This record gives sequence, structure tokens and C-alpha cells, in this order.
Amino acid sequence: MKIINKIQTAKLLGRGGAEFPVAFKWLSVAKGHLKEFNQPVYVICNGAEGEPGMFKDGFILQNYPELVIEGIKIAMDELGADKAYIYLRSDYLKKFKNILKKQIGKLPIELTAEKIGYLGGEETTLLETIEGDRPEPRLKPPYPTDFGLFGCPTLINNVETFYEIAKIVRGEYENKRFYCISGDAPKKGVYELPIDMSIGEILKTTKNVPRFEYFVQQGGGAAGEILTQEELNHPVRGAGSIIIHNLQKTDTRKLIKKWVDFFFAYNCGKCVPCREGLYRLKEMLDGGEEIDMVLLRVVLRTMRDTSFCPLGKSVYLPIDSMLESVKVIYKNKRDKKML
Amino acid sequence: MRKVTIKIDGKKIECAEGKSILHVAQENGFYIPSLCDHPDLQVKANCRMCVVKIKGRNGLFTSCSTPVEDGMEITTEDREIRRSRKTNLELIFGEHHLDCDNCTWNKRCGMLQYQKPVRAKITRFPNRKEKRPSKQFGPIIFEGKKCIDCRNCVEVCPVEYYEIENRGSDISIEPSKSKDKDCVYCGQCVVHCPAGAIKSDGEFEEMEKVLALKKVEKILVAQFAPSIRTSIGEEFGMPYGSIATDKLSAALKKLGFDYVFDTSVGADFTTTEEAGEAVERILAGKDLPIFTSCCPSWVKYVEFYHPEFRKNISHARSPQMMLASLVKNYFAPKQNIDPKNIVMVSIMPCTAKKYEASRPELNFGNGLKPIDYVWTTRELARVLMNKKIDLKTIKESPADNPLGDPSGAGVIYGASGGVMESALRTAYYRLFGRDLEKVDFEQVRGEDGVKRATIKLCKPVTFGADKCVELRVAVVNGLKNAKIILDELKTDPKKYQFVEVMACPGGCIGGGGQPLPTTEDIRQKRALSLYQIDKTKKIRLAHQNPQVQQVYKEFLKDKKITKAMFEVDFVPQKKSEIKIKK
Repeated sequence: MKIINKIQTAKLLGRGGAEFPVAFKWLSVAKGHLKEFNQPVYVICNGAEGEPGMFKDGFILQNYPELVIEGIKIAMDELGADKAYIYLRSDYLKKFKNILKKQIGKLPIELTAEKIGYLGGEETTLLETIEGDRPEPRLKPPYPTDFGLFGCPTLINNVETFYEIAKIVRGEYENKRFYCISGDAPKKGVYELPIDMSIGEILKTTKNVPRFEYFVQQGGGAAGEILTQEELNHPVRGAGSIIIHNLQKTDTRKLIKKWVDFFFAYNCGKCVPCREGLYRLKEMLDGGEEIDMVLLRVVLRTMRDTSFCPLGKSVYLPIDSMLESVKVIYKNKRDKKML
Repeated sequence: MRKVTIKIDGKKIECAEGKSILHVAQENGFYIPSLCDHPDLQVKANCRMCVVKIKGRNGLFTSCSTPVEDGMEITTEDREIRRSRKTNLELIFGEHHLDCDNCTWNKRCGMLQYQKPVRAKITRFPNRKEKRPSKQFGPIIFEGKKCIDCRNCVEVCPVEYYEIENRGSDISIEPSKSKDKDCVYCGQCVVHCPAGAIKSDGEFEEMEKVLALKKVEKILVAQFAPSIRTSIGEEFGMPYGSIATDKLSAALKKLGFDYVFDTSVGADFTTTEEAGEAVERILAGKDLPIFTSCCPSWVKYVEFYHPEFRKNISHARSPQMMLASLVKNYFAPKQNIDPKNIVMVSIMPCTAKKYEASRPELNFGNGLKPIDYVWTTRELARVLMNKKIDLKTIKESPADNPLGDPSGAGVIYGASGGVMESALRTAYYRLFGRDLEKVDFEQVRGEDGVKRATIKLCKPVTFGADKCVELRVAVVNGLKNAKIILDELKTDPKKYQFVEVMACPGGCIGGGGQPLPTTEDIRQKRALSLYQIDKTKKIRLAHQNPQVQQVYKEFLKDKKITKAMFEVDFVPQKKSEIKIKK
């Protein structure tokens, strides 16, 4: 419990994008274990990192594999897990297999491949994948902390989260996180900076303030929110990604289409709003015709409000914030023909 | 279970903890639209139609997957909820080919039910699946252009014949290409599909053609199955479980059938034969346990998946086949009718009966088919409606003699356990030459998946009470449960002596040819009415039926005729072809 207290004191939030309090998750697993004491406990390190504009987990695995393994080991000891999995997107698995194996040594930690991209990183889809079932999200509740892998209490944390746990236990945690800066940024890359630094500050510190007019997508290159130059005085929300878009060079319709194509390619087909909504969004954007904005918004809202899992729910935010930003940027000039 | 108090649209409701909001709401008369939810199946929450709001929580929640909690306050409808549902419904219509005149739901599907009040635009999105083909396997037709991807069929199929292919909007439900899997035609997918995307061969197209045969001087003969008398009323708005035996005969006559017989009389013959065979085999200890043979899906299941048990299946033909044998070989000559001129139409609660009637092993020695057409309950209801014959108001008239008046035993064939119970009643007679005093065998009734019992049959006291026979029986309700019993038999071959299996839940009253919807509640009402009929019948033992006795006396004089009329050897089955239709 001492370690969970330390994590709690550090106020560590999950670094996979959902920003769930880590200590709370660990406690839930511990409680789940108490309920079913005979059952094994599993620890899973999620390195699926499937969103465009996200590459910090790869960076961490490349540069700090020992800290990641140390974090996993701490979790296993603390929660009484007999086995852990490191779940990696296939190119990461190829690239870091040897580095990780060296660090793992004889520990009961297995490397396993993510199979379908993007949605594969969603935690219940991850469980189905490891169990060998059709990779699709599960109904929640029950939550993985209670009823996870093979029905056992399971801790699923992101690569970066395990890195931070090792730092916390070592007493080296500095309230920092990793940011991926990409797009039309002059100095693309991964930067470790304070968690409460504003986006504007981050761009300044990393010498990434463009000389051209621009806007930003923060929190992931598909599901992230669009912010205008005037909206950068708060920290990054969600996944640690900042993508800079050159205003002059960006065709907003093409950009939206790119997101929709991305979600379309990775939706699993389980629920109506996501499967059918994405099909219709794609249909609207694929054609050259003017888009029925009312219909577009109705479909997006229905997806946000009724989709089964985060994939379908998250299509709304980038498109809506893009449309709102366009209004501001072009001062309503193109309102009628926004796309 | 603990009770909790919740509020739905302001109304206080006490209910069991852990139940879904949807089911509590439905039980209390609130309407929440839902498509993929089915009380027989697991919660999937795929269609997203049943969303509601919960006070104090952000967003919308699918009521099918959210259990009630004490103090919960639920809103079942407001502008936001309506907008979401309406859009989802319009999206669903965008993957569904409309063909309401030829639909198993007969315009009562959940999609139309919600479409009307919210005025959802059916054509908001053109059907993106219009070019998907239909696939036919045996008598089952799966229409890809109507499928709304809910996956009920995948889950309900007892042999896991349906597979999910591809992802995203390319997802499609496909019949298995595996050599080791074949459809058993039970039609549970048909009655669990919310979109009417699965039907049986002939559904809603063939009936007029059959009726027109009268014009070319054919004699039209109908028989109707035990379970239909308590289900067909539903199609005409009658309450669940309404008994419509004589209305059914009257309607069939009005439709143009020259003779109408009751398959329950066929069941009385099946019982007589099967009980005789069972007693013989049990006393001789040969090929035990004996399996009932009247469910064609079960028979095909054994033949295809477990051929090692083929010898266990009773040789007795099913009731519809026995009755057809008698119609063409006993009744026809009696009436001076050439059997070739008879068109035998069998009204069944079942899709697999269409397959059974097409099996060549069941043809007569001269190659003549016993049954020419099999209609489902739904098909008969539809043709009656087309002809404006209202079952509700039609004047009753009984079925024809000599094959129209069954015993109570013949009627309960329609419910799970009914075949076993009928056989036990007659087996007793076969064992002791006396009739049972108390004929009810409650142990084998009901909706449990597997019913196991040891039945002690004793000679009546006045007759010398020393002799008893103990029968170890099992009744399997739903083909998914058959494997349990077969596995038990693999480890202990002597565990049972007599096993009844019905592929459909509840037996034929829950059959794949029955009206939609079908749920445990509805099945129970249909079954109870069958037992009600049995209870009020003067004759409740198959072998006591005077019509049965008469036929044995007049016609079935020797073993050879009986064998030709009533027996069959089942053969191993190969995987059936999947036909693709544009």
C-alpha cells in the first residue's frame, strides 16, 4: 500500500489519454483481488500507441526500457500479479523486442502483439485480443480492474505511466510528461516537460512557434481537439500530442476527411452509430458535393452520445472544434460553404 | 434478490436489483425501443436504440446494459434521446432493404414500431447493402441486404453456423464455409432476427401457387401441428396462448382445403410406435438410450455432428410423416382418391420440417412423396390474411375424421417434454397391459434446458404392486443443451434409457416457424394452453385414441405395413450446399 500512497501523493494520471487517476485504478485491482483471492492478477503494459501524432511510447521504449520494466515489476509486486504482458503495436514489437527481452530477463513478462491498429489500444479490445477473440470492445461494467484478462483482476497502464511509476518509487518524479510535437512544426520530436505547462509555453520552450499563421490539434492526431492560435494558454488535455497545421496550406475539408478515413478504417463494426455513422460521414466527404451541415452535425452528435466505445464517441470533438475554429479564423466569411 | 426502488419518468417502481433498466421499464408498461435486445440472449448493446438518461449522470446510457440501482431516476424520452434514437434508426434503415410485405415480422417489427411515432425518415440514407446477395442453406434463406448486423443469429445458433466476417461497415454475417459445420435448420435465427433478414424457403411466395392446384383437380389436404393451435392467434391480434384448434380447421377449409387433419393424431401414432420401440429396446437393453426422432433438427444434428449416436435414434417417423403416410395410403384408397392427386400441405411451427419433408429416405416405396408442401405458422397466417379470413371471428368447425381427433398426449407434443410424457403414458401400458391412473409427469415439463428424472413405473396395487420399472430419462430443451447429455453419455453410456431432444427452446411452441416475437414468456403461454387442452381431453393416452385403434385394426394389420408406413432409417449427412442468390 505504501507504493499506492506514493502514486496518490504524486497525483499521477494515466498517460494513455484518458487521464484516469493511477492510484485509484491500482486500488480497484487490489480490491478486485481481495474479492476473488484465488484468482490470478494480471498486469498489462499498453504500448499500442495507435493514434496519429503519437510516438512518445516508442521514444520511451527506445530510451528508457529499464524504467518501463521496473515500473511493471513494481506493479506486479504490489498487486500480487504472477504474470504481466507488454502489449505492443507490431512495428514496436519488432523494433524493441530485443531491448525489452534483455531487460525482462527471467521475469514472467510476455511480449504480445496488437493486431488491428488504433482500436486495439482500447483497453477492453486489448483484453479480447490477448484472449484470442475478435478484437472488439467489451461492455463496461464490469471493469478490467475487476473482471479483466481471462476474467481476472487486471491492471492496464500505458508505457509512460509505468515509466513514471518507476520514477516515483525512485523518488525522481518531477511532474513532467512527454509531448509529441509534429505536423508543420519546425522542430518535431518528443519533449519531456512539466505537466502543467501551457501549449503556448511548450511551443516557445521547444522553439516550435511557427512564423506562419497556424492552428493546433492537441491530444492526438485523430481524436484531438482543434485550437486556434488564441486558445493555447492551457496545458495539453488527453494524449500528449501537439500537431501544428499551417493555415495557408491546410484544406479543412481534406483534413476532416483524413480523420474520418482514419476512424472509418479502424472501427470494428459492432455498434450502429459508429459503424453506420462513419459510413455516412465518409460518403458525405468522399463526394465532391456540398455537405449537408445539419445532417453532418446530427450524425456526429449521435455518435458522440450513443457510441459503444471511445472510438465512435471521439469523432465528434475534432470535427466540431475544427468547424468552430474555422468560424473564428475566417470570421464567418465562409460560413455558408464551410467545407 | 434484493429489492430496490427507482423512478421511471417520475413513477416510483419497486424492482429486483440487477435487472436491466430496459426490462424493468418494459415490465411496467414503459416503451423503450430496442432491436438487438432479446430476453433469450446476452446483452450486446449494439443497436443503441434503447438509450435513456439517468439523473446525476452525464450522457445517455443504453438501458439494456445498465442495471437498476436503488434511487435511480430514469428519463425514457426527451428531445435529446429522441434525436439520438431517430438518427440511429435512420442509420439502421440505411442498411436494411425494405420488403415489408414479405417479412416474417408482418409489419410489426421494432423498427417500424418506433419509426412511426418519431416520423423517422426511412429513406434518409439509401440502403448501402442493396447489392449484398442472399444465401440459402437447406430451407433457410439469409438476406444480406436486410441484415442490420445485430448478431442475434450468431449467438442463438446452437451449432455456431454463423460467422462474423470483416470489420467496420464491411462486416457481414456469413454461413460457415467449414466442412465440419452445417446448419440444422431449426430457424431460431429466423425468430430472433429483429430485421426479418432470415426466413425459410417459400416464405410468402409459394402459398398462392399451392392453392391454385385446386383448379387442376387436385385434392388439397392440410394437416396442422400440435403447437400451432396455441400460437397462430397471435398473428391475428389474439392474446398469447389463445386456443384456436377448431378455428384453424375452419380457416383451412375456407381457404380451399378439401380435408383438414390434425397432426396431433399423427403424434398419437408416433407415440404408439415409439413407446413400443422404447419398451422393446429397454427390456432387451439394445441401442440405449433411445432418442426421440420427431425433431428433424435434432436428427440432422446427430447425423452430421455425432453420427456415432445414429443407432440411438428411434425409427419412428415424426407425426407429420406418419399422418401423411396414412392420408396417402389409408385415407385416399378409402375415399377412392388416387394418392397422386393429393396435395398434402403440412402447417408446421418449424423450418426444419420443410427439410424433413424433402428427405428422400422418407418417400414411399413407389417414390411418392408423403408431404408436398410445408408451410410455417407464419405462412398460413399470411395467406389467411391475404384472403381476408380472420381467425378471430371465423366460426369454429372441427377437423375431419378419421384423422382429426387427437388424444391429449398428441397435443402436448408441441411443448418440451411432451413427447416424453406421451411416450411414458403409453410405455406404461406396454409394460403392464394396464393404463396409468395418474397420467401427468410434471418432472419433464417446463423451460429448463436439461430435465433429468428417474421415473418409477409400478404395476397398480390391485394388480400386485411388486413389479416396478425405473426409467432414467432426460429431456433436452434447446439444441445447445444436447451436447451436455451426449457428453454425459460418452462417459456413462448407461446414464439414461430414454432421451427427448427438441432443438427449439420450449419445444415446437418456440419453433423457428412460429409467429414473432418469441420469448420465454410467450412460449410459456403457448405451452400452458397445450397442457390445458390435454387436461380437458377425455382421452389422454395415445394408444386409447379410437381413431388410432381403428387404423391399426383396419389397415396396419401386419408388421410389414407398419414398417413401410411408420419407420425410417436415418442416414449420415454431408455438409449441405450454400446457394448464393443475387
